[in-house]
Amino acid sequence: MGTSKVLKKDEWLKVIEDLRKGYKVFVPTKEGDFHFFREYKDGIRPDLNFSNTRLSPKGLIYPQSERMFECPLSKDQEGAFILKESPKDFGPQLVVGIRPCDAYGFLIVKRNFDNPQYRDPWWVRRYESTTFVGLGCNEPCPTCFCNAAAGGPFGEEGLDLLMWDLGDEYLIKPITEKGSNLLAKVEGKEAQDGEIKEAESLKKESQKKMDFSFDITPLKNKAQLELFNEPYWEDVAFSCINCGTCTYLCPTCWCFDIQDEVYKNHCDRIRNWDSCMFPLFTLHGSGHNPREKKFQRVRQRFMHKLKYYVDKYGNGIQCSGCGRCVRYCPVNIDIRNVIGLMCG
Amino acid sequence: MKNPYLPYPVKIDDIVVETEDKNLKTFKFVFLNPEDEANFKYMPGQFAELSVPGKGEIPIGIASSPTEKGYLTFTVNKVGVVTTFLHNMKVGDIMGIRGPLGNWYPWEEMEGKNVVIIGGGFAFTTLRSSVVYMLHPQNRPKFGKITVVYGARNPGLLLYKQELMEWEKRDDIEMHITVDAADDPNWKYNVGFVPAITEQKVKSSENAYAIVCGPPIMIKFTQPVLEKLGFPPERIILSLENRMKCAIGMCGRCNVGDQFVCKDGPVFSLAKLRTLPPEY
Ligand SMILES: Cc1cc2nc3c(=O)[nH]c(=O)nc-3n(C[C@H](O)[C@H](O)[C@H](O)COP(=O)(O)OP(=O)(O)OC[C@H]3O[C@@H](n4cnc5c(N)ncnc54)[C@H](O)[C@@H]3O)c2cc1C
Ligand code: SF4
Ligand code: SF4
Repeated sequence: MGTSKVLKKDEWLKVIEDLRKGYKVFVPTKEGDFHFFREYKDGIRPDLNFSNTRLSPKGLIYPQSERMFECPLSKDQEGAFILKESPKDFGPQLVVGIRPCDAYGFLIVKRNFDNPQYRDPWWVRRYESTTFVGLGCNEPCPTCFCNAAAGGPFGEEGLDLLMWDLGDEYLIKPITEKGSNLLAKVEGKEAQDGEIKEAESLKKESQKKMDFSFDITPLKNKAQLELFNEPYWEDVAFSCINCGTCTYLCPTCWCFDIQDEVYKNHCDRIRNWDSCMFPLFTLHGSGHNPREKKFQRVRQRFMHKLKYYVDKYGNGIQCSGCGRCVRYCPVNIDIRNVIGLMCG
Repeated sequence: MKNPYLPYPVKIDDIVVETEDKNLKTFKFVFLNPEDEANFKYMPGQFAELSVPGKGEIPIGIASSPTEKGYLTFTVNKVGVVTTFLHNMKVGDIMGIRGPLGNWYPWEEMEGKNVVIIGGGFAFTTLRSSVVYMLHPQNRPKFGKITVVYGARNPGLLLYKQELMEWEKRDDIEMHITVDAADDPNWKYNVGFVPAITEQKVKSSENAYAIVCGPPIMIKFTQPVLEKLGFPPERIILSLENRMKCAIGMCGRCNVGDQFVCKDGPVFSLAKLRTLPPEY
């Protein structure tokens, strides 16, 4: 895939700035106490000195709220009641500074939105038009466990380019052809043996800082009903307040709702992120609700991520180990403990 | 890339009030574009999303049979936002249909077998589709004996009454219509709950499949009857209803274990359901 390059930090940031000519560029920037991915417009200051964004970058491919279709609603208008696709921009996007866990997260989600039977046209087109420039993690947070759940702090899967922070410089490694073509156009010196060694040792050091590990075999081998009927679910769910923070921040939670909105004589069909933590999620018109109780919804979240997904796709768990749900849960529910229980 | 969320435009061609309480209406739709009709190839047991712009989409079982060409029918119970709006719509109104969706009753497996159809209340829609499909001259020789047990609370709540009476007269289908109670002295069919009538009338499970659709309570009490008759759980076929939005396995809410009711179902055998968490 070509050779890695090394650029001074400000040189590389200049390259990114110039790439705005060909791409819609997204960068992490600090707002208040937290970092967010924002479109790199004038006035936005990219800040790659961060641990991770509070919100996952899933919204860059799969917006929190997005128009699907629209139509007029009065009989005398042409095309009344016949829904047409709403116009959308599928121009090239470049996401710079995405963490390896989050890039891997898109691959987990892809199995849902892009499968042999159906393809979600909006997710697929936006994903395909996006280039991901990752930033490896020298200093993982105590809540991170990507080593166990995904490809680790310098994992390459799902990225087109991977950056190493070497202090004053970035080492930039091409991963895919898309990334390689982009890097080929960038002026910079080829990475030397010393720099490559330094990058390797940063990776090893970082991996050592993560101590959570698990073996997926019990999750595969135990039957769905066995795990479903375990006595610990009420305990796991006891303190949960069903706020939905965990699913909202998660890069690998993909559930959505579809709602029609009417303004004057115009209808928009809109899809919005939704959450299995909310009772309305599964409420039938008849009043019956298959997941009426809180513990049933908490169980669903963990069973989906750690069992149903495992069975359905035979490709790991539906979690990239980003640690957001652990960090921001107001009552400290920790998915790592639940993995421990389920594997026990 | 085909957009699986985009409904086909259709026109309401006819509306029939099915029940005395007027809570159930059958809607007949015709496609605005003939090529959409050609693309809409379905089998009994499948459903579609009825799409009312401005109100939303609802999953409804297809009540017509693929042997009935040129239109689709759906029987809708009035419960909430979309169904109530739909009940107030008129012949000639334009809306959308997205589908066909989900799997179907195991028609390939059931060839050469006896088929027992057991329905309760307004869940007779895809069962009607199935009966019409099997009775079609081209399909009738593919099946053995066909038995139908269909019950409602009272005679006024039975769906498709005219067709039921026509089937009663035929000798290639055995009909057992029943009501929980009838105050009509001229009621000449059965009185009793569906499970009890099934126990009395269905004599054998030999070489037979049972398809069961109805309210949860009916299903619960019919299961042991069928098992007593010797139906193995692999040959007891059920259809589930869970709340859903996308109906193509993406929005995440209709799952029963790792199975999506919309895409892997709505049709499941009892044997399969016994391996899954009972979240329906
Ligand atoms: C596979 C399948 C087949 C069905 N077949 C029929 C049928 O033939 N006839 C019939 O009358 N009903 C059928 N239903 C149930 C029907 O879909 C609901 O009664 C209907 O969605 C209620 O919509 P509402 O807007 O009036 O209710 P509201 O309570 O206002 O619901 C709001 C929204 O929630 C969703 N929703 C609510 N209840 C259900 C439910 N039980 N299942 C799925 N989504 C729901 C819908 O998206 C609905 O628009 C079927 C359901 C499924 C899943
Ligand atoms: S963030 Fe914590 S409290 Fe909130 S829904 Fe998730 S598990 Fe429950
Ligand atoms: S479940 Fe938690 S740790 Fe795993 S990807 Fe989602 S937010 Fe990150």
